[in-house]
Parts: sequence; C-alpha cells; structure tokens
Amino acid sequence: MTTSTTRRALLLAAVLAAGAGFATAAAAQTSIKIGYVLSRTGPNTGGAAVTTLPNYEMWAKEVNDAGGIKLGEKRVPIEIVAYDDRSSAEEAVRGIERLINQDKVDFILPPWGTGLNLAVGPILAREGYPHLAATAVTDKAPELAKRWPNSFWLLGTSTGAAEALVDLLVKLRDEKKIGDTVAMVAIADGFGIDLSTAARPALTKAKFKLAYDKSYPIGTQDLAPIINDVKALNPDVFVAFSYPPDTLALTEQSRIAGFNPKIFYTGVGTAFPLFNQKFGKNTEGVMGIGGWSGDSAAIKDYLARHKAARNGAEPDRWASAVTYSSLQILQQAIERVGKVDRAAVIKELQTGSFDTVIGKVKFENNLPTRYWWVGQWQGGDFYGVAPAGNVGARAAIVPKPAWVAP
Amino acid sequence: MTNAILTGLMLGGMYALIAMGLTLQYGVARIMNLSYGEVLIAAAFGAQGLFTGWALSPFAGLAFVIPVAFLLNLAIYRVLLSPLVRRARTRDALEVDSILATFGLAFILQGIMLSMFGGAYYSYSYLASPVHLFGETIAANRLAALAVCILLGGSLYLALTQTRGGTAIRAVAVDPAAAQLVAIDVARTAAFTFALGGALVASAGVLISTFLTFSATSGVVFTMKALIVVVMGGVGNMLGCLVAGLLLGVSEALVASLIDPGLTLAVNFALFLVVLLVKPAGLFGRASR
Amino acid sequence: MNARLATFALLTAAGLSLMAMVPYLANAYWLALGISLLQYTVLATAWGLFSGPTRYVSLATTAFFGVGAYTVAVLGEALPWPVVLAVAAMLGAALAVLVGLSTLRLSGVYFVIFTFGLAELIRQLVVWFEVNKSHVLGRYVFVPVTQALIYWQLLALAAAVFALGWLIARSRLGFALRIIGEDETVATHCGINTTIAKVTLFVISATVMTLVGAVMAPRWTYIEPSIAFNAMISFQVLIMALLGGAHRLWGPVLGAVPLTLLFELLSANFPNTFTIILGCIFLVIVYLLPRGVVGLIERRRETSVPVQRRLPA
Repeated sequence: MTTSTTRRALLLAAVLAAGAGFATAAAAQTSIKIGYVLSRTGPNTGGAAVTTLPNYEMWAKEVNDAGGIKLGEKRVPIEIVAYDDRSSAEEAVRGIERLINQDKVDFILPPWGTGLNLAVGPILAREGYPHLAATAVTDKAPELAKRWPNSFWLLGTSTGAAEALVDLLVKLRDEKKIGDTVAMVAIADGFGIDLSTAARPALTKAKFKLAYDKSYPIGTQDLAPIINDVKALNPDVFVAFSYPPDTLALTEQSRIAGFNPKIFYTGVGTAFPLFNQKFGKNTEGVMGIGGWSGDSAAIKDYLARHKAARNGAEPDRWASAVTYSSLQILQQAIERVGKVDRAAVIKELQTGSFDTVIGKVKFENNLPTRYWWVGQWQGGDFYGVAPAGNVGARAAIVPKPAWVAP
Repeated sequence: MTNAILTGLMLGGMYALIAMGLTLQYGVARIMNLSYGEVLIAAAFGAQGLFTGWALSPFAGLAFVIPVAFLLNLAIYRVLLSPLVRRARTRDALEVDSILATFGLAFILQGIMLSMFGGAYYSYSYLASPVHLFGETIAANRLAALAVCILLGGSLYLALTQTRGGTAIRAVAVDPAAAQLVAIDVARTAAFTFALGGALVASAGVLISTFLTFSATSGVVFTMKALIVVVMGGVGNMLGCLVAGLLLGVSEALVASLIDPGLTLAVNFALFLVVLLVKPAGLFGRASR
Repeated sequence: MNARLATFALLTAAGLSLMAMVPYLANAYWLALGISLLQYTVLATAWGLFSGPTRYVSLATTAFFGVGAYTVAVLGEALPWPVVLAVAAMLGAALAVLVGLSTLRLSGVYFVIFTFGLAELIRQLVVWFEVNKSHVLGRYVFVPVTQALIYWQLLALAAAVFALGWLIARSRLGFALRIIGEDETVATHCGINTTIAKVTLFVISATVMTLVGAVMAPRWTYIEPSIAFNAMISFQVLIMALLGGAHRLWGPVLGAVPLTLLFELLSANFPNTFTIILGCIFLVIVYLLPRGVVGLIERRRETSVPVQRRLPA
C-alpha cells in the first residue's frame, strides 16, 4: 500500500515538475521526500511493529491530510520511501545509503533499536542528516552526541534509567514501604547488560542488598528456574531488565509460582498493550521501564488518534509517544526553517524548544532534559511514576497487590 | 533440585514435542524441512485465533488444527516436494534441493503470516494456573504440553514398532530402495509420513502457544531447535528424539538453578556437540547409512 | 596454452584494476552495493573451496565471520590495522584447526547441524564472557577505515581467494581432494591422509571468512553478538553457493552476485511483499536449475559443442 501511494506521489511529483519546468521546479519545493529503513522481518520486527512503524505511517498520513509540511507560505506534501533492513546492521547501512544517494531524500527517519541506530549514525553524520534516535538507550549518548552533532538521543542513557529506579526505591524504603533486598535479572543483550551494569553500583551505593544478580541468554524458553530461585530468596524488590517475550514469561511464571514481591519491575514489553491483554487484572501494581503522563490531554488525544488510525491497536506507553514526538519535533524544526536546509534544521533542533504529545521538549547537548523511567499499571493503564518531578507523575502503588486467579 | 528437574522435564518435553514431526519428515520422507518452524508458528496463530475469536480452548482447537495441517502438508509434499524426490538421483542431491526449496517455502509462509498478522508479538493466557506436584508448583499449560508429548510420542513409537504400516515406515527410513523390493509403496509412505510430521508440528505449535510469546518471524528458532534435537537423538528415531529433548531440557534447568542461567544455552550446545563427537550418528542413530 | 594463460592473466589484471576504480567513480550507494557483492562473493567462494570438493555442508560461516568482527571490536583501537587483521586471521585459523580435527568424522546432516551448533555455542560463550567478565555487551568500533578502503580490502581478498582456489586445484592437495570427493575409501587406500587434506582446506576457507568479518566490522560502528554472529549469514552463503554450484571454483560467485542483486532489487521495490516474492523465486530456481547456475552453463556447453563440431563437417 505504501509502495503504491509512494509511486503515485512520485508520478505526481514528476508530472508537476515537468509541468512547472526545470528552472522553477528546482527553485520551488513541491514535496518533501522522507525515507526510512525499518526491520520488517527478522528478530527486530516485534519491537519495530509496535513502536515505530505505526507512528511513522500515522504521522505521514496526518501531515498529508493537513496539506503537508509548511514551507514558508505554502504547504508541501511528504512522500515516503521505505525499505526493510531485515534486522541486519549491514542492510540498514545500505538502505540509508540508498535513500541518500539513489532516492535523494530530504530527511531520514531512524531505524528501530539501539544497535541499528548506532550502525547508521556515522553515515547520517557524514551526510549531515538530522538523526532523532527515539528507540535507542545507550550510555554513550552524550559522547555520541558530541561526535555526531546531528544526532539526538531521545530515550536517554541506561545510567539515567537505573538511577531513576534506584532513587524511587530509596524513597520507598525511607517511607518504610519496602525493605532492602533486591533480586535483579537481565537479558544478556546490549539493553539488559547496560542497565544491570548501571544499576549494580547504584544499588550498592544506596545500601541495598543484592540477593540475586544473574543474566540469561536471548531465546531462553523457560524462565521458571530463575523465578523459583528468586522466590526462595524472598526479596522485597524484583527487577528484570528483560525483552518483550521474557517480560511476559517472567510475569506469568511469577504469578504461577505465587511470587509476589512488594515491587515487581520488568523491562521492555511491560508498557505494551499486549501486556494488558494477556494479564488483565493482574497488571495492577506491576512496574516497568518507561511510562507516560497518561492523564494529560495531549496523550489522551494521541492515544485516540492512534487507535483510530491503526484499526484499534494501541501504542506502547513509552517509546511510541517519544517516537511520535520526535516526528513532531522534526516537522516543527523544518517549518521554522521554512526550507529544506538540513544544516539549519539541525541548528534549530539543537536550540529550539518544541511542543509535542509528551510535553515541551528542549534539547541540551542534543539530549532531552526529562525522561520517564519507571511506570506502573494502575487501574488498567500504564502511568509514569518516576522521576517524581515529571509533570503528570503518579504516586506509586506499593506494595504491589497480590496476584489474582485469571 | 526436584523443582529444577521437574521444570527441566517439562521444558525437555516441549523440545521433544517440537522435534517429533521433523524426525519423521527428515528421517523417513528425507526432506530437510527448513520451513518447519513456520508451520509451527502458523498453527500457533491458528490456536490463538480460535481462542480469542471463538473462545475455543486450544485442546479443542487441536481437533481442528491437526487435520488441516495434515492435509496442507500432504498438499505441500505432493505439489512442491515430490517432483524433487522423483528427480533426485542421490540422497545428497535431494538434501540440497530440499534445503533450497523449503528455505523458499519458509519465506513464503513467513511473508503470508507477516501480511496477515503484522510483525508484533502475540501471546494469550490459557491454563496458566499453578499445579502442585511433589510439593512443587508448576504451570498447568506446560504440564499439559509434556503430557501430550508423551502421549503422542508413546503412541507413535508403538505404532511404528508394532503395526504393519509402522514397520513399512521404518523400512523406508532405513532403505527406500530395498523397501520398494518388498512391495512397499515408498512414494505414498513418504507422503503420508511427511504429512503426519506436519500434523505433529502443528499440534506442538498449538500447545506451546499457550505459554510462549510468538510472532510471525519467530519460526526459525524452532526449526533450529528441532534440528538439534533430531540430530542429537539420531535422525528418524522417535525414542532418540524424546531422550534428546528431555536431556537438553533437564540440563538447561539444572544449569540455570545450580550454575548460572547465563550459561544455559551454551551448555545445551556443548552437550549437543559432545554427544555428536562421541556418537557421530546421534544417541540412537546407526553408525553409518 | 601459454598464450591463453597470458591472455587470461592480462584480462584478470585489467578487470581487477577496473573494479578497483569503482570507489572513484561510484557514489556511496553503488560503493555499498559493491561491498555487499564482494563480501558475499568472497564468503561463498571460500565456502565452496572447502564444501565443493569435500561435499561437507557447513553452517559455521558466521562463527568465523563473527570471530573476525569481534577481534576488530576488541583490538581495533588498540593495535595498528594490519596487526588486527593478522590477529583475526590467526584466531580464525586456530579455531578452524580445532573444529576441523574434531568434526570431520561426522558426515551428512550431522556435520551440518554440528557446525550450526558450534556457531551458536561460540556466540553464547562470547555473550557470557562479555556479560560476566567485561560487563559490556556491544562494543563500539571507531576505526578510521573508509568505505573505499573496505571495498579495496574485499577486492584483494576476492582476488586472493580465486588465486588460492586456482592454485589448490593444480596442486597435490587439490588432486587428493578430488579423489576424496569421489570416494573417501579409495582415497585412503591410495595413501592419501584424508584428515590432513580436509583440515588444511577447512582452515584456508575459514581464515578467509574470518578476514571478511574483520574487514566488514568498521562499517557498523557497533558490534554485538547478534550482529556479528548472525545465523542468516551462514544460511545466505550456503544458499548462494549451492545455487551457483559449489563443485566449481567460479560456481559460488554465479549464485552470490545474482542473489545479492535480487535481494537488493526486491527489498527496494517491494518492501511489504519482499519475503513472499523471494520465496517464490527460490522455488522457481530450484525447479528450473537443478544443478545450480553452473549446471545450466555446463549443459549449454554440452549441447552446443556437438553442434559446432557438426558445422565444418
């Protein structure tokens, strides 16, 4: 479907360009060509299909329905060129090179995931394309932003994530709501290891007792042994830096084993709508990475539009909204510059402040200043609870209510 | 310890379950089926659809999925694979052809599922309740999968060893040329066995969909797991398949609770490699073919 | 004969220097496509070097490729580039000796799945080591190697692998391997040490694969086990070589080039139905090219030769 509309748009653009004559066609922009490379097949598909693709498609449609992006006095429609990177770094790199050199796109939207965003970073930097990475969590973000001034890291660093979690735990311990034993597991992949490596010293520094600290490989199909061992240690806090399939498996196994710590925190996937579909009432009190200010009007509106545009499918409550915001930011920056001038757009991104569904965003050294790091399922929806200073942060429900029979 | 062994047995049962169909398809019909995992995932989607759409229990769904899978696999074999079998002069040639053809088939099946269901993860809850066994708590859906695995594996083993048809199938597995000489219709037997393997893997897909999260692109994981179990047990050997699956499952669970969950898959692969080094044709395989 | 050889050498040299000009003439996209073509050409040819004559189907390509990539990830910034490459080659060769000696008594599918298991085992061990010892998973490679340099290194590797294959075919080793391929028992009776012959060839093939991994690594900035030890690489190389025809030195390249271009064409034009179309094309190829592209060419020759002979008479 995308292809045929793209084709038609291309044809239209070609006809327009021919009609207008070469000289004027070069002078006046008749459309803005935007390209992206996403994992449509391979192991990354599950993440990209929930968080990234729906937002890219929805945004492009919304912009064109409104007449396009405003360049100076008039609006010009956007044309989308999309490729599949098959979850491979090499394909992603080549896809981006094709977008730049063959399709000559005006702007590029980033791929999904930390690894692929890093893989395409150097080319985007070399060619001077703005790079708004909305699905990458890396501790190198500040360093990368310095190395590649065109890159913006909207999800922040794993240290930030770990410290926000530990801060919340410290506060709850001070309120005497939890004790000080923590069990931590992490998936043996970039995400899990970065986060657990950052959380370990933070927990020790805050004088928490780390009773269990293990990793498990990607593709582990039964996490019961881990949950059984952890349950035997009876910790107050269970932290899992996990991926969607294991997030679901760990939660299900804990419910079956009757393992109900005061704080139950899982990783990527906790904020997915699938989590709610699967666990229903049992989501109550489960914490996870991410979150959003679900009470804000902008988010409610975004949720409604997403459901309408995607046949009832809901976005996840973390990176989806950030991804959509990154598109709003890009659009506003282009409109303020008023022409396809990538260097000027990058400059505007670095200095301007932008209105988005996640609130006002202003970059400092190419990183946002506020993030949602801990969310919690409360009354059937997932809300941000930490950092507590964020606008719209809810109070955490601690201890987590007991599991109920499904 | 008891708990680890129990969990391991259930995990192993699942491994054996997903491998049983392949040991028939590869051992008897001689098709190295790389689209095997996609069939499993398709069945999982089927069970998910029946469950969420019509509230049909996956076990009742089996009654629907198994015959459909049998017929579909029979069609696949008749239309796509039998020309290759007829054309192949040697077993090696058939192996190469079947790798290439089923690789293509895997792409097609995956593409169809991607266009139908998108790339997102799917998961639902069925029989996700605790069961108490030997003083330990385990998941009912996994226990059910183990029970069905033993039931299917056991009855297939009996059918293969005790019945006339089963003997014919084993004869084809050992030597198709000689089987022909004793008036066994090799082509029909192979087609039937391939379809039977397809029905088995579909039932595995239905059962594991009750406790594993899956997506349109996760088939290849199961193909490889099944190949490992089949090869470790000895190609074409039902009992070997069961023993190898359980061995892998128990070792994985033991390593997870006694040593380090981070090493489970490494130990699994190491165990597999060691078995092959000691017994180059798998646990129950014949020394040469 | 000598004149033919000289012409051949001249043509090769001309072709190589023409290909070496690509980075000056093409834009980044065509250069990237060139890199991809060369990468798969080298990998598939190296695969065929071992698997063609011995008929062992190996899925360990990604194990060696990954070892090469990881060597660069670990040592890339610490040592000069040629030293890094040398270390990678040595590691790959050492691993290949180990694997070769332990696995070559396996046959058929047992060897296939063994090599797959081996690649996965190595990946799991790398993951475990990184997680528990170095506490990082995912390394950053900031090596000042340009795309053009990657292209030239791959081109050199391609030239080397073809030269090696050509030399081996004309050596005692090549002769021994042809006999092994026909009948291993006969080979043993002829006094050929089959193990040494096979392991030597395996090591040569594996070292080339390791070097490809090392050369490609700087292209991605970021290396993690799922990128370096991607099982799809093994499968793609296997399919390309089988499709081209592994029993000839120039067979795999006839699979690698068209397939790489096909992948590129399909993913560019049909991003949504890519997998379905690809699958259908695969099936068509299997039915129409039973002996690979090489088989097609050989058949053409067989049928065309008698015709030519008949003409003058």
